[in-house]
Formats: sequence, structure tokens, C-alpha cells
Amino acid sequence: MPTKTKFELKFGMATREAFGKALVELGRENPDVVVCDADLSKSTFTSLFGKEFPDRFFEVGIAEANMVSIGAGLASSGKIPFVSSFSCFVMNKGFEQLRVNVAYPGLNVKIVGTHSGISIGEDGPSQMSIEDISLACSLPGFTVICPADEVATLALVRAAAALKGPVFIRAGRMKAPILYQPGHSFAIGKAVELTEGSDVTIIATGLMVSESIRAQELLEGEGIGVRVIDMHTIKPLDRDAIARAAKETGAIVVAEEHLVDGGLGVRVAQVVAETNPCLMEFVGIENTYAESGSPEQLLDKYGLVARDVVAAVRRALARKS
Amino acid sequence: MKQTKNVAELQEIAKRVRRNIVQMIGDAKSGHPGGSLSAVEILTTLYFDVLRHDPSHPDWPDRDRFILSKGHAAPVLYCMLEETGYTPPGQLNTLRKLGSIYQGHPDRRFIPALEASTGSLGVGPSVGLGMALAARLNGSPSRTYVLVGDGESQEGQIWEAAMFGSYNKVDNIVVIVDYNKIQLDGFVKDILNLEPLADKWRSFGWHTLEINGHDIPALQAGFAEAAAVKGKPTAIVAHTIKGKGVSFMENNPKFHGMAPTPAEVQLALQELQ
Repeated sequence: MPTKTKFELKFGMATREAFGKALVELGRENPDVVVCDADLSKSTFTSLFGKEFPDRFFEVGIAEANMVSIGAGLASSGKIPFVSSFSCFVMNKGFEQLRVNVAYPGLNVKIVGTHSGISIGEDGPSQMSIEDISLACSLPGFTVICPADEVATLALVRAAAALKGPVFIRAGRMKAPILYQPGHSFAIGKAVELTEGSDVTIIATGLMVSESIRAQELLEGEGIGVRVIDMHTIKPLDRDAIARAAKETGAIVVAEEHLVDGGLGVRVAQVVAETNPCLMEFVGIENTYAESGSPEQLLDKYGLVARDVVAAVRRALARKS
Repeated sequence: MKQTKNVAELQEIAKRVRRNIVQMIGDAKSGHPGGSLSAVEILTTLYFDVLRHDPSHPDWPDRDRFILSKGHAAPVLYCMLEETGYTPPGQLNTLRKLGSIYQGHPDRRFIPALEASTGSLGVGPSVGLGMALAARLNGSPSRTYVLVGDGESQEGQIWEAAMFGSYNKVDNIVVIVDYNKIQLDGFVKDILNLEPLADKWRSFGWHTLEINGHDIPALQAGFAEAAAVKGKPTAIVAHTIKGKGVSFMENNPKFHGMAPTPAEVQLALQELQ
């Protein structure tokens, strides 16, 4: 059911921190949960798990390829490994190992990439993960999750642990505005319709969900009804929610902190094309690398704030009429 | 399947396995005979003597594990799986054919008893370390054996695993290097020389032995020594001959990745009587 409450969008934890806390909870409940990190445990918050469960925490050093393969071996022997680093490093440096050691045999490894997107800020493009959704979705059998706030992260990390099979979870560095009430329930593969609306749909993931809510609130004042969908599971997509939005609103804007090429937008477009073709607009990073700057400056410069979502909605509505 | 320490019996198995390797790659018309033939005694000693395993219970949690990191030597592994009863008899001639359980490289989707799907070089020791760590956490006696190629040792991840294994005192893993001195493009020493290879493993903190990889008693002694070492992993640099047992394949880079013709198969089988 759509959430009727007005969104306060107060800042909560970063999704990476919520991930670290969820891991500790899981560790207490299930002795088979183990964690690997590649010298970034203070940044990924896996250090919380390492402190409480030193025997089940493997610091592999700066060797992401080795880490992913070790995770595969642990999973092969019945453990539930969470393998974590900055998203750009675990996905790019570990990609061959994700392919041949994890995806190909379909092993129960959970990859958690933190510091995704450009909102890592000052460290610049070498540390920014703007292609991880594309890479993760290209691995057969993978489930790909991008939670929007701390509540969603806590729930979806637990859901990922309960799911048998490989999962990629994409987390961010910045504190994330809270969208959900504590205890909100989530199901992998089931999108959340945050607002009702019949003029246009915004499908967003991660950080862009709260920006889309801000856009919706602006447009609502002009009498434009916007349906906002939190597509926290990017693979498998909630095809029903997409098909329904296409049919009922006739226009879809997709917003993501990722390259437009190969991201959520093109995946949604495929479902739209296969079900109820409608016009679409895309908000994301356009064929470029970003630069150093504060997260807020970068999101503004590279077109990832509410203003850009509003502009895309206006383009869509103009084409629709 | 009967485990044995009897060297004559193991040699007899090795000879039969060599014939099967040549025949199956000949039938497939593609494959990697050289690196399969070089590893025959290593795998025979493991599967028929050293490994604690039970082909009728392939998912026994405390079993020892073997990973063929040099996955292109799949035929020698397939012969072991058939000889020990993990796979049904009489299908080796389906190697590399559509629908066969004997895929071009080991694929656990087709043979669940395989410990890992391999073929992308350099990753096996890391996967083995994960299994060895799980055994340690579980208090299991399970030991993990990983066979890597010499050319494969040019991959950086091998040395990431080497650093990790000794630093973390993973003493329930053994890496065996099938040091047959030849890779696809030619002789290892002419492409990217590994020497001093044993010193490299030693300097990475592994208990390191050098043995003749075709000498079954030496292999038995090496594996026994490895099992007795506490606090560090063991590397066995096994000096072997590429294409061992077939005169025209021995030390011949051509047979790294080329199947014998039907006439060559016949010639090889005569030599392997």
C-alpha cells in the first residue's frame, strides 16, 4: 500500500552504517555468517562485526580478487560470507572472480559494495562506483539490491542473508534521508509504491528515492500527480509494478546515481517495451566520470538532485500531451 | 573404489588413466593432453591414497577437498572421478560434446561432486583457502588440496593467496605446482620465467618441498610431510614432464592444447601398453 504520511526526510544513518549494524545482528543470530573485508572495514562498517566476532571476520588486506574467491570457498563449505569493500574495488577488481567463482557455480556469497555512486565526494572518480549496477546485473543468477535508507538497509541485508544465492548490495557513504518507519517490511523483488499518482511515475533507487520524493512534493503543488516507486531490487525487477505504472500513468522517469548506460533505466525500459510501451525519461550520469567536490556539489553539478528529476518529469509530460 | 598405498597398484591405475586421457581427447578432437598427462601421478596419489573421501557421499562435510585450479587439465580429473565412482562408467568419450557431464573445463553444474568450477586461471588457491578457513571454523579435519599450473603461477592472485595463507597460518591447505615447464605459447622460461619458484613459495612463508611429480612414493611422502606441518601451509613444487608417457608429446609445447590425430592416438596407446 502507498504510504500516506508526509515524508520528513530527516537524515538517518548512511546505508553503509546500517549495513554494518545489520551484520552484527545477523552474526548474533547465525554462527554461519562470516565477513571478509579488504582493508576498508572502518569505512564499510564491517569493523563492527569484526570487533564482536573476530574469529568469523577475515581481513584479507588490499586484495579484492583474493577476497572474492575466498568468499566463494567459504560459501562452498556452507558459510554465509558477506564480502565487502568500496563498490568500485570489489566489483571491478573482483569481477572475474565474481563471474567464475560466484555467479557461474551460483554460490551463496553476499557482496556488499559501499561508497557507491558519485556521492563519495572529495576522493574523486577512482573511488566512485558508477558502473556497479550494470556489472552486477550482468552476472546470471545474481540478485541486485540498492536500499534507499537505513530502515530499508537493515531489512534488505537480512533478506539477502536468508536468500540462498549470490547477492550484490549497493550502499552509500552519505547519510541518507529516512523514508520508512522503523520495522517497515520489505520483500526482495517487490518494489515499494511510496506515493500515488496517475500523471507520471518516477522509478528511483538508492539515494535518488529521496530526491524523487522532493520532486514529487514540488510537482504536487502544481497539481501534477506523481507516483514514486522505490525500486530497491534492481534484479529481479518488479515487472508488475513497472507494467502497471506504464499502463496507468503513461510516462516513466527513472532516476539513479549510476551511469545511464546499463543502469536501472535501461532495465526498466526493457520491461516497459515488453509490457505496456510508454514514453520514458532518464536521470543519471551521462557518459562521463565525475570529479572531486563535496557530495552535494557533485550531485548538483552532475544532475542528480530533485531539480533534475522535476525537469525530466516536465519533459515527459510535454511529450505526453 | 578401493584406497591403496601400494605403489605398483597406483602405477597401474596411472597407466590406465594415461590411456583414457589420450583416447578421450582424441575422441573429442580438442583439449589439453600435455598438462593432463603431467599431473597423472599427482592426482592418482591423491584420489587413491591421500584424500579422505567417499564417492558414495560426495557431500560429506568432513571430506578432503581437491581443486583443479589448472582447469584445462580436466581430462585427468574426469578419469579420477570415473575411476573412483563419482561419475558413471563409460562416458569419458563424451568429453566436450553437447550435453556431456565432461565439459571442456570442470563445471559443477554438470558434476556436483566437483569442488569448484575452474578454467579461469589463478583463482583456485584462494577458493581453497576459503574452504580451509571454513574447516578450521568448524573444527573439521578436512584438508584442501589445490593443483596449480606453472604458467598459471604468473597470475597475481596466486601470490595474493600465498601471502594470505601463511599470514593466517592456514595449515590445512596444500598447493601443488605441476611444474612441467611449458605453457601454451612455449617454454615457461622463455615467456615469464618463474625461477626461483620454490624460493618464492618459501619466502611467502609456505613450508615448501620440491619433488619429482611422477614419483609416487615421493608424492606420498610429500603429502604426509605436509599433513604433519603445523602453523603454516605447504607448497609442493612437483617437477613433471609435459605430455609424460607419450614420447612425441613429452616436452612438446604443441601438445599443450592440441588433440592427437587418430593415428597419433593409436601410436600413443601402443606406447602406453
